[in-house]
Amino acid sequence: MTAALEASQLGKRYGQRWALRDCSLRVPAGSIVGLVGANGAGKSTLLHLAVGLLAPTSGTITVLGAKPAAGAHQLARVGFVAQDAPLYPGLRVAEHLRLGRRLNPGWDAHAATARIQRLGLDPRQRAGHLSGGQRAQLALTLAVAKRPELLLLDEPVASLDPLARREFLQRLMETVVDQHLTVVLSSHLLADVERVCDHLIVLAAGEVVLAGEVEELLAAHRVISGPARDPRRLPADQQVIQASHTDRQTTLLVRTTRPILDPAWTVSDVGLEELVLAYMSRSTPSLQSGDPGAVLHDAAEVRP
Amino acid sequence: MIEFRLDARSGVAPYQQLVQQVRQALRLGLLQEGDQLPTVKDVVARLAINPNTVLKAYRELEREGLAAGRPGLGTFVTRTLADASLTAHGPLRKDLTRWLAKARQAGLDDDSIEALFQDTFRASHRQGVA
Repeated sequence: MTAALEASQLGKRYGQRWALRDCSLRVPAGSIVGLVGANGAGKSTLLHLAVGLLAPTSGTITVLGAKPAAGAHQLARVGFVAQDAPLYPGLRVAEHLRLGRRLNPGWDAHAATARIQRLGLDPRQRAGHLSGGQRAQLALTLAVAKRPELLLLDEPVASLDPLARREFLQRLMETVVDQHLTVVLSSHLLADVERVCDHLIVLAAGEVVLAGEVEELLAAHRVISGPARDPRRLPADQQVIQASHTDRQTTLLVRTTRPILDPAWTVSDVGLEELVLAYMSRSTPSLQSGDPGAVLHDAAEVRP
Repeated sequence: MIEFRLDARSGVAPYQQLVQQVRQALRLGLLQEGDQLPTVKDVVARLAINPNTVLKAYRELEREGLAAGRPGLGTFVTRTLADASLTAHGPLRKDLTRWLAKARQAGLDDDSIEALFQDTFRASHRQGVA
């Protein structure tokens, strides 16, 4: 399958701090990707690099086979909704649609109007007077009316109540079916990610710590628990992601593709939330040192 | 037409939940041969789930010979799981309702009722009664 987004050793540095580094990943066309990580992990940086709002410090990124924002044609192929659904508060709903039509060559005016109607939005209403859910829906409407091939959403539902969140995701999934979009959305809400995403990218401290197809990732991990023992004595094909011990019991999250045969372990499947949290809490060695100089030094070694 | 639900905390994969709900509807006679299953767009617009989840469920049903896709039209039920025993459902359901009322009268809560049922169900399996 062709890649909607491909990054190779991608990095972005602000002064001395790497917001994103050594990021290599591939998003297959047609997938719905959940971009997950703590605040400051690099999610927005990665999305801004993909849109072309930021230029990489190192490495490369290709979006739909071309450089981000390489020209009018490339801009038209990518839809982006930044955090908190930025709109013009003083402009009316209808004026937003008119603006969209003027600015976008492939604008689907009919679909945009129909969508606003179905959402029950009053075209004369000013964006500043809309509810959070309505603002998010209007921003999504604008982003999909330009008929993009790739849609990037930065925390689209973070500030919405549960009902508005569900309605937003319903409309988004409907659009995916209609327009065969690839979607990358960042979110803290793992239950939402689990529901809508088939691919996952977990960022921690500016690095990709886990990426792949959700089903494959879940199938490649197991939670095992049993009598207390040293996790270093596990078979070589079982990589320990997270370990917790009491005086009697050891519980491990392991990555392995082979069946776990040791009868001393109770083996169970892992849920997406458990998996993501385990990887998020596993910090990188360079950061554990707590010395910012060490981080910089490491980075300089990777990219002379 | 059936309407799907999704229980996020069941621990059962979402596509499996959809498959199970179709099977159950077939067993209870709620879905019959020739009935159309909801379109992928209908399901995702209602449940806010990934379209591939629905496609996967429908592929599984096709693999089991329970449904078939007709290009441009949708997915249709090709076989029913309800058999002659369906006529017995009514009286059995009545018995079961009566039994449930008795259990509640005796002070059992929902969890205890389910535990008792599951346990008896398994025990009767072991004895070869069922």
